[in-house]
Amino acid sequence: MTDFTQLGVKDIRDGVAGGDFTAREVAESFNAAVAAAAELNAFIVTTPDHALAAADATDAKRAKGEDLGKMGGVPIGMKDLFATKGVQTTAASHILEGFKPEYESTVSQNLWDAGAGMLGKLNLDQFAMGSSNETSYFGNVSSPWKKDGTNAAMSPGGSSGGSSSAVAARIAPAATGTDTGGSIRQPAAFTGICGIKPTYGRCSRWGVVAFASSLDQAGPMARSVEDCAIMLEAMAGFDPKDATSLQMDVPNWEAALSADLKGKKVGIPKEYRMDGTDQAILDSWEQGKAMLRDAGAEIVDVSLPHTKYALPAYYIIAPAEASSNLARYDGVRYGLRDLPDGAGLQDMYAATRAAGFGDEVKRRVLIGTYVLSAGFYDAYYTQAQKIRTLVAQDFEKAFAECDVILAPTTPTASFPLGSLNEDPLTMYLNDVFAVPASLAGLPAMSVPAMVNSDGLPLGLQLVGKPFDEQGVLNAGLAIQQRAGFEAQPEKWW
Amino acid sequence: MSTYRIQGATGEWEVVIGLEVHAQVTSNAKLFSGASTAFGAEPNTQVSLVDAAMPGMLPVPNQECIRQAVRTGMAIEAQINKWSRFDRKNYFYADLPQGYQISQLYHPIVGEGVLHIEADEKAGIPEDKVIGIERIHVEQDAGKLMHDQHPTMSYVDLNRVGIALMEIVSKPDMRSPAEAGAYVRKLRSILRYVGSCDGNMEEGSMRADVNVSVRRPGEEFGTRTETKNVNSVRFVMQVIEYEANRQVDVLENGGTVDQETRLFDPGTGTTRTMRSKEDAHDYRYFPDPDLLPLELEDSFIEECRASLPELPDAKRARYENELGLTPYNARELTAEVETFGRFETLLAATAAKIGKPEAKVATQVANWALSVAPGVVKSLGDDANMANATAEAQASILAMQDKGEISGGQAKEIYEIVLKEGGEPEAIADERGLKQVSDTGAIEAKIDEIIAANEDKVAEYRGGKDKLFGFFVGQTMKAMQGKANPAVVNQLLKAKLDG
Repeated sequence: MTDFTQLGVKDIRDGVAGGDFTAREVAESFNAAVAAAAELNAFIVTTPDHALAAADATDAKRAKGEDLGKMGGVPIGMKDLFATKGVQTTAASHILEGFKPEYESTVSQNLWDAGAGMLGKLNLDQFAMGSSNETSYFGNVSSPWKKDGTNAAMSPGGSSGGSSSAVAARIAPAATGTDTGGSIRQPAAFTGICGIKPTYGRCSRWGVVAFASSLDQAGPMARSVEDCAIMLEAMAGFDPKDATSLQMDVPNWEAALSADLKGKKVGIPKEYRMDGTDQAILDSWEQGKAMLRDAGAEIVDVSLPHTKYALPAYYIIAPAEASSNLARYDGVRYGLRDLPDGAGLQDMYAATRAAGFGDEVKRRVLIGTYVLSAGFYDAYYTQAQKIRTLVAQDFEKAFAECDVILAPTTPTASFPLGSLNEDPLTMYLNDVFAVPASLAGLPAMSVPAMVNSDGLPLGLQLVGKPFDEQGVLNAGLAIQQRAGFEAQPEKWW
Repeated sequence: MSTYRIQGATGEWEVVIGLEVHAQVTSNAKLFSGASTAFGAEPNTQVSLVDAAMPGMLPVPNQECIRQAVRTGMAIEAQINKWSRFDRKNYFYADLPQGYQISQLYHPIVGEGVLHIEADEKAGIPEDKVIGIERIHVEQDAGKLMHDQHPTMSYVDLNRVGIALMEIVSKPDMRSPAEAGAYVRKLRSILRYVGSCDGNMEEGSMRADVNVSVRRPGEEFGTRTETKNVNSVRFVMQVIEYEANRQVDVLENGGTVDQETRLFDPGTGTTRTMRSKEDAHDYRYFPDPDLLPLELEDSFIEECRASLPELPDAKRARYENELGLTPYNARELTAEVETFGRFETLLAATAAKIGKPEAKVATQVANWALSVAPGVVKSLGDDANMANATAEAQASILAMQDKGEISGGQAKEIYEIVLKEGGEPEAIADERGLKQVSDTGAIEAKIDEIIAANEDKVAEYRGGKDKLFGFFVGQTMKAMQGKANPAVVNQLLKAKLDG
């Protein structure tokens, strides 16, 4: 059997369309790779039959000379936050263990309609709450990367850690992610892959288990900018079932990709030079500037003065929304029900939610409940919303002076699993560079820049104007072409 | 000024009342999901994925519900807020799948308006009064728990979950049970005119939370209680009466009224504590992040305004001023959608049949519609087949009466036959001899006989005893077996006796 697992989305799509190989061969190859990678714990459930059925459908279409779709013949991993009809959907939580939806999320349906197949449901931080993939009820996900000279399991980042691990390990050519405050970009950076969070509203949230509705956005994770462009085209689109969905046509991002940045201005936000940022990260940022300058862009300094308030505001707004969004997991209609002997309704709620939610989820539900409480609402929630507005205004002003912003994705490289567990605040700092774009709803991407002295990947982040995914992708492509990031984790699983 | 007072042991107390009326919006689909809203379906058959709050489901506002709320706001002369927003009201209960109700706390769709109630001496409302309305907001209804299906468990029916409600909040402007009753009736009438709520209180599509406090006349407001989910006008009035007296008793015995939520027991006519202020929920309201603010276009608002029907107050004024109806008739006819609907159809048919303007026949039609016809229906009881009560048939009867072909009594008789057996009123009148005689020859002959037989009375009459005219009318009608046209009889008698 030929091994197709080194291939990305574009390679597979074009190879299948061109008759170089069949979609079935590709699916079989990835199914086998998935089955052999249980140690990564990237998948909660695998769905080899789904991948094969989609592949066969693509092969049959090709035989009939029909259009194969944007993702024709590409098997992907599906973050287990997307509802998939008839396939267990858990958000990595015990409270939804065994839950099989009667419906398919809009984004996953769009991907199937575009010819993609599903290798399985990818592990994640429980309810997408976490930055290391250690909060899943179904166990930690390991990054395929190791720190040079050590054997400790490393974090693939979070919350889309199953996605990043699988794509970096080449057991999936691409995967869906969701990003509420960095959950696509930070894991992408940790594992040396690309990931883009589009403008809020590009991808429908319908059928995606909600964490923080005003921030949640789906996006693709893959190993190249081109692959991200292709897959985002397939995922995005107006959905009348989501009232916050953007009523705009999906541009042909792939066709308009260009690494020529002549006439473009790239903004460097000075407030992103924060204490505690690794020197290697700062070095990679400098390299990024050089690469974009080399691509023809002009580098300009910009200011995002409210950056330091973004993370605290995020940790009020996101938990507030989560505390309400997660109220539906009450043991009444689906999922876990813990009904102690003689228990009444309140007891059932308490027992079910105590048993069903993990610690980090409980922490955020409690924080969210607290900040919305009478007497605290104005001091926390209202203030946080004001900061959110100021952060968005910062970007507006900055984008009057530049076309795209370049910044680090994370302040550090990946860390060993377990090393930050005792310190949620340090864990939260992982997303300090990612959160501002989330609060402002802007398109933002992480692309691999280099490996550090420990042999671990580092990512660079590009943030664009609203609806300007193209500008982000193009700048990302310019970095990708110049960084020449070829490093791969050594297979140990 | 209302003079309604509670006579306490220590003097008079005034009652202060505010009402929050929940009106289910008339719409085929729920507020944020496509599910049906029909009443009385099998449990849990009208529940969408959104209503059941399945993971990842999202609300999408139903334009029709928004439209109805806007139209209702216009009908109470209220400010329409072009920018409003949905908030989540968070609490846990088994009939609330989302764990929150989507409502509008901070920015309701409709602002301040007014509702006019009319003086009604009999009911204890001495003069017309304007009741202020604070706001109308739209929100989701909850489901129903059924406690009688299983010995140890409660069942949940989610059919009602997510149905659109308008919460119409009055100012604390009412001062007596009668005023509150008139307010609810008037509001119900307006909602039904507008078509935004069917006003069916038994089925729960309209229910009121009743806020009551008492005070010494003219002093500051007292502490209020809120009695939830009261579902008839009579019960609203009972709650007020009971609560006002209870509060007076508490205060006069040196106690204080607790601000609390109470429940009404229709069986005993009393209220009891549901939860006290200390147990009050902290609802943690915040803007629903699944929904964008609701922004109304000018064209949408104009379309809503253009679609409003003539409203009760305007219609009543027109009935009085243009149709010349008495205030009583105008009020009675405009109170209910069905009543004025039937009246206006009958009026148009009758005017057409007679060939006179509506204003010329309106009084006749109003009397018929309000008293004559209902009297006939009532006397027939179950024998009346209301399918026969067509405007066409009634207009024929009224036209014959207008032309003097039949008397009032004959009109009733014919209508009775129409209701019982059906048939054309003209044919019935002809075939059954239910017409009055206007043939002057026949009547004259009888009059001549009567004059001849009563020469003494004729002399007395001619001598100035005018009252005897009635005697001759009676004799003539008797001789004609009641079928003579009274106008013709009068005219002929006058000519013969005075001539």
